[in-house]
Amino acid sequence: MTLHLAVALDGAGWHPAAWREPDARPTELLTARYWTDLVREAQHGLLDLVTFEDSFGLPTRLDATLIAAAVAPRTSGIGLVPTVITTHTEPFHISKAIATLDYASTGRAGVRVRVDPHHTEHIGRRAPLDQNDLLDEAADYVEVVRRLWDSWEDDAEIRDTATGRFVDRDKLHYVDFAGRWFNVKGPSITPRPPQGQPLVFALAHAAPVYRFAERAADVVLVTPRDADDAAAITAQITGVPHVFGELTVFLDGADRLARLNDRAELTTDTAVFTGSATELADLLLAWQQHGLTGFRLRPGTLPHDLTAITRGLVPELQQRGVFRRSYEDGTLRDRLGLPRPGNRYAATQGAR
Amino acid sequence: MTNTRTKQVHLAAHFPGVNNTTVWSDPAAGSHIEFSSFEHFARTAERARFDFLFLAEGLRLREQGGEIYDLDVVGRPDTFTVLAALSGVTTHLGLAGTINSTFNEPYEVARQFASLDHLSGGRAAWNVVTSWDAFTGENFRRGGFLAEDDRYRRAEQFLRTAWELFDSWRGDEILADKETGEFLAGPRPGAFAHKDDHFDISGQFNVPRSPQGRPVIFQAGDSNEGREFAAATADAIFSRHGTLEAGQAFYADVKGRLARYGRTPDSLKVLPAATFVLGDTDADAREQAAVVRRQQVSGQTAIKLLEQVWNRDLSAYDPDGPLPEEDPLLGEHTVAKGRASVRMTRDPLATARKWRELATEKNLSIRELMIEVSSRQTFVGTPSTVAEQINDLVQRDASDGFILVPHITPGGLDVFADTVVPLLQERGVFRTEYEGTTLREHLGI
Repeated sequence: MTLHLAVALDGAGWHPAAWREPDARPTELLTARYWTDLVREAQHGLLDLVTFEDSFGLPTRLDATLIAAAVAPRTSGIGLVPTVITTHTEPFHISKAIATLDYASTGRAGVRVRVDPHHTEHIGRRAPLDQNDLLDEAADYVEVVRRLWDSWEDDAEIRDTATGRFVDRDKLHYVDFAGRWFNVKGPSITPRPPQGQPLVFALAHAAPVYRFAERAADVVLVTPRDADDAAAITAQITGVPHVFGELTVFLDGADRLARLNDRAELTTDTAVFTGSATELADLLLAWQQHGLTGFRLRPGTLPHDLTAITRGLVPELQQRGVFRRSYEDGTLRDRLGLPRPGNRYAATQGAR
Repeated sequence: MTNTRTKQVHLAAHFPGVNNTTVWSDPAAGSHIEFSSFEHFARTAERARFDFLFLAEGLRLREQGGEIYDLDVVGRPDTFTVLAALSGVTTHLGLAGTINSTFNEPYEVARQFASLDHLSGGRAAWNVVTSWDAFTGENFRRGGFLAEDDRYRRAEQFLRTAWELFDSWRGDEILADKETGEFLAGPRPGAFAHKDDHFDISGQFNVPRSPQGRPVIFQAGDSNEGREFAAATADAIFSRHGTLEAGQAFYADVKGRLARYGRTPDSLKVLPAATFVLGDTDADAREQAAVVRRQQVSGQTAIKLLEQVWNRDLSAYDPDGPLPEEDPLLGEHTVAKGRASVRMTRDPLATARKWRELATEKNLSIRELMIEVSSRQTFVGTPSTVAEQINDLVQRDASDGFILVPHITPGGLDVFADTVVPLLQERGVFRTEYEGTTLREHLGI
């Protein structure tokens, strides 16, 4: 059995004092070079994908989708999964943005969707929503994004000089979504992306979010405390192709973590690992027995823990025969064993 | 400031758009959506030391007669995402995107432009447009309808709100002092509070000041209000007046409005859109230009273009026959949707009268007439002729340069870069190397 491995990139790392580490580059967090260096390191380690966090509030950061886009033509092989905030954005814009990322990366795009109960005053459009409404809206949002990705059939562009038609309009489809939160007509302005449906990720800590992930996601990210908890969580989730465990990691770093915690206390929603690459490999393979198909590791500090993953953990996993030794051709979907889906509109009447 | 250097030409490249200027039927025409096409186009523009690359935007597929319009290129990428990706394959080229102020919120657009400006090292530009049609609004949660009179007000307030967000960071707040543990200086960096007719927002902006401070601002409005808005707020105008007399009149008009905003004439660049056809001889270029015009206006396209003025179904007419006897239908425009140009025909009856006279005088069919009135190229000739025309128009203050719109994707710019640009460089009116790294530096603003 092989496992899938993702790294969550955020700022200088997930520890609040990470930026004070000797190898940290805190003045470069807003540059393309910084992100390109990190993603290339992850690519060197043949990781499945990296994610990019996002938020409409502090700390300071750049738009995650645009970071992923800037990195896309400078990398190959590795999946690029930015976070988008469903609460404050337009599904029409995000659908074409992720489709465009999929074109720019030739089939390596995904998107992690996230709700945000805060920052409504940054938008000024409405009052904050409660958790149930946020999730209900997010589910509609993903439905619209997915319909828009399918709103062009793959062979809609015909360039038929005989009839003068660039597209076959019977293969373009109105999505006609009408819901509680918004109505969206369609079709998208962007043709169906290379993967057909880029992968949708969701982070979930509790039953209502598991239900959301079952409706919306291809990969659900969960936060078990230990192996037994992993078993308990995966038993609650059905119908999502991949369940990845989340873990914040400080490799060879018990002393380092103590020093960092003297400067700022780490508060986290995940289990925290400190130890060697060998010990981490043991832990991942043990947890994997309980229904996880992969992991998203949160490096405590960057670049230290990323490099420890790519240069320490990955060779360890390769030796045990559970991790790839090269990227195979293909899309991110291919890598996760998910075939390119058919188009929901393909058999129906065109846009008229 | 004294400057004895000859007035310099500014050049930009407009990625071919979703209208009949773009000839997709040509065997040389490539993809309009694959990233490789955008990369090719951007690399050509940068190799030729152009100021910037420009992307238009339309947020709903165009329709005519109740059906999606299928005769032109259909489909395009997301503007911000493709510009960010292009920042990864270029180093100096400005990256200009059209972004609508009706179907976005200031906070997110300011974040995206500030992010693009950081990622590109100071190369972002924003062509601010405002839609007012409920047709496009059907794709968005906020809907879209805006009274036409209100649209410049919305655009101006949107822009000023975005400026407050860009300016909420001075640029010196990031200390990142590993010893003291101080990351940011000041109590509430990025704090903002803005309230007007359209926006009521407050909080802390989470993108620190970008290399250009603010992206370069473009305006494309041509009305009196549009020109005034540009004079008050824009760094460059994307104009439609590419000929000598019309160009000079427009140039003098908008530059003349700047003083009342305390601005110098140099602080606003006037850049008309321009098409071109190059040939080995001027006669050869003219011949090719005629071929291109026939490619751009097929018989079917001619009927559709005519419908956009007539505002009625003319599918029964023969494009090789005479103009319809019936008059344009007045009132609300219902035939063509998602297309800004149909609103430019303010008086369809007068246009119809003028076109009938022209058709009678020259004995033109519908198609010949539409070729005559709709698709005359700006520059036609040898590279030497075209370089001379461009420089002449710039030196005579008909413009500060041009935004070139090739008719072939993505290679249509290559021949211009290879043949016309060196001639402008020889004349000393166009840069041979980039002198700065930001778009503001390229434009001298």
